[in-house]
Amino acid sequence: MRKTVFKGTALPLLLLAPQLVITAIFFLWPAGAAIWQSLLQEDPWGMSSQFVGIRNFTEVLAEPEWRGAAYNTLIFSTAVAVLAMGTALFLAVQADKSIRGANIYRTLLIWPYAVAPAVAAVLWLFLFHPSIGLVGRALNEAGIAWDYKLNGNQAMLLIIVAAAWKQVSYNFIFFLAGLQSIPRAVLEAAAIDGAKPVRRFWTIILPLLSPTAFFLLVVNLVYAFFDTFGVIHALTGGGPGKATETLIYKVYVEGVQNVNLGSSSAQSVILMILVIALTAVQFRFIERKVHY
Amino acid sequence: MRRRFLAQASLAAAAIAATRTRPAAAQAPVEIQFWHGLAQPLGGQLEVIVAAFNASQQGVKVVPSFRGSYPETMVAAIAAFRANAAPHVVQMFEVGTGTMMAAGRAVKPVYELLAEAGVSIDFNDYLPAVRGYYQASDGRQMSMPFNSSTATMFYNKDHFKRAGLDPEMPPKTWEELAEAIKKLKAAGIASPMTTSWPAWVQVEQVSAIHNIPLASLGNGFDGLGATMQVNNPVMVRHMNNLIAWQKDGLFKYGGRDNAADALFPAGEVSLTMASSSLRARLLRESRFAWGTAMLPYYSDVAGAPRNSIIGGASFWALNRGPSGGRNAAEWKGVAEFYRYLSQPEIDAKWHMDTGYVPVRRASYQVAKSQGFYEKNPGTEVAIEQLLRGGETTPNTRGIRLGGYVEIRNIIQEEMEKSFQGQQNGQQAMEAVTQRANTVLRNFERQNRG
Repeated sequence: MRKTVFKGTALPLLLLAPQLVITAIFFLWPAGAAIWQSLLQEDPWGMSSQFVGIRNFTEVLAEPEWRGAAYNTLIFSTAVAVLAMGTALFLAVQADKSIRGANIYRTLLIWPYAVAPAVAAVLWLFLFHPSIGLVGRALNEAGIAWDYKLNGNQAMLLIIVAAAWKQVSYNFIFFLAGLQSIPRAVLEAAAIDGAKPVRRFWTIILPLLSPTAFFLLVVNLVYAFFDTFGVIHALTGGGPGKATETLIYKVYVEGVQNVNLGSSSAQSVILMILVIALTAVQFRFIERKVHY
Repeated sequence: MRRRFLAQASLAAAAIAATRTRPAAAQAPVEIQFWHGLAQPLGGQLEVIVAAFNASQQGVKVVPSFRGSYPETMVAAIAAFRANAAPHVVQMFEVGTGTMMAAGRAVKPVYELLAEAGVSIDFNDYLPAVRGYYQASDGRQMSMPFNSSTATMFYNKDHFKRAGLDPEMPPKTWEELAEAIKKLKAAGIASPMTTSWPAWVQVEQVSAIHNIPLASLGNGFDGLGATMQVNNPVMVRHMNNLIAWQKDGLFKYGGRDNAADALFPAGEVSLTMASSSLRARLLRESRFAWGTAMLPYYSDVAGAPRNSIIGGASFWALNRGPSGGRNAAEWKGVAEFYRYLSQPEIDAKWHMDTGYVPVRRASYQVAKSQGFYEKNPGTEVAIEQLLRGGETTPNTRGIRLGGYVEIRNIIQEEMEKSFQGQQNGQQAMEAVTQRANTVLRNFERQNRG
């Protein structure tokens, strides 16, 4: 690869400036404001504010509700990542075969990604609502007591499926691209040596897909942590009880509904630290097992 | 365009000069920003009233703007205030009253606003349950009551007939109601009863109707130090009843807030307790005969039944931002707007068009004299229920707790846990008390300094 070396620092800085400005305005500034706010105690109107050190943090970490949300987030993100990646990999492997109309399948599978989270949630609501949903009514008529408005496990199941469904398309595109970049010659050589499709998948395709899979794991976990707000908000609103309240949803409830800015900021700072730590761990330990 | 504007302005100036016989410079009307949280069709009806006010005079122009649901409007107003761009008037739901009362310099209390502008409104004519909800504990009016509702019971007369119940005799007490829903169930109704607004109807209203405190210090009217008191025998008994009925399939939990509204017009349940403003939807959607009745009470509780409490919203005047920033002309404009809204004819029309209750006795008389209640049976139930038992008591004035939006959600969450079979009524009410007290202490701490 050819390397270009700039003389001086003015030009490179100028070229980087747009990205740096965007990072500063849309990441550093709000993150800094959140950290500062997390150390304050304020009334909703912002007329009296008092520095309280780390009290917001100690109070949040002592709350049983916060721990419940952390547990929900763990279950939810793991399930969403596994389900979304597993389904996408299965579909990508199928769509990678030489079949009639493969392009149509591929296009259709990418569609859900273009649906806004709230719209996706409403679609699922119309399917699974216990009294107005098609599937929900059918389940109840078949004698299965389906009521995600009152059954916490069913509610969790529903938001996991809805959130994973949204992410399958994204994963599908990357897996498909990854599959297509695997050299045919390797697969054909294995086939000539007598390796059956299942064996070819586990010993050749999967290891060669591991960079893609690793990238998607990080992206899916971040998605499950941060981008699933719309789905949860429109489907369950964190309920019933607090059964589907994840950490990001709790930040919203605390900050936007309850106008409790100190506590909400402290929670988002904790969330930020958690995700940074999680990503660091992934790069440190899992990336070693990835073949490039 | 500019010439036309100048012509209008000079006409307006001439009109002012003519009526008030004092010289006035040609100037644009004072603009009053007004944020509300009513979706269609109610929001449109509200904006018609605003347009009529604008057309009635030249000095003030109120600019209405829809800001999403009530909680969204509240948060938008708070955020705008922090950015020094608050609207002059914001419609705030009754749940936010405690937070507004503690807002200090952020709000301009109605009594102060009217006194400075030299405008008088006869608040003594307002229904006690309405006026009191928005008064400081010493009786000074803090916000301008406008759209008020209360909870009533709606029942399906066709279902009642099928179950052999008298469709003109809806249950008056919870004991009668328990018998009725058993008969309805036996007649093949899968889930006879539901409720909208679980916290408002099954906790706040039940407390008021039985004249028992929801919280200490007169439900919070007398200070920020109030503590929750829902762990009392009446509330626990009521929760245990709901839990038992839910288990036996007599009661169906339909979700938080007004999520259960859809069940009754669809004919799925035989009776529901919901906002009196559900009437408009029932008229449009129900394909069966239905009736309206007062909320039931436990006949063995001494002092019951009293008046129910209101829901809905009131109007709050806000400063521009933390450093004030409004002039006398703007406050005067807000005062004129309030005076217009307070007229019995305007209020009575709003009541008859929407299903909200009249907030003034005079408006009630206007509606009566027009024969509204004979033509629309059931519409009087909400008002009679609000006036039941005469003057309000410290337990029936309303609720004045900071952070109450959060507390209402806590109540709904703990009810949901009970209906899932995770806890009994006693445990649910203890949990509400304990969690709500944390919110109250936190609010007290934030607003002390």
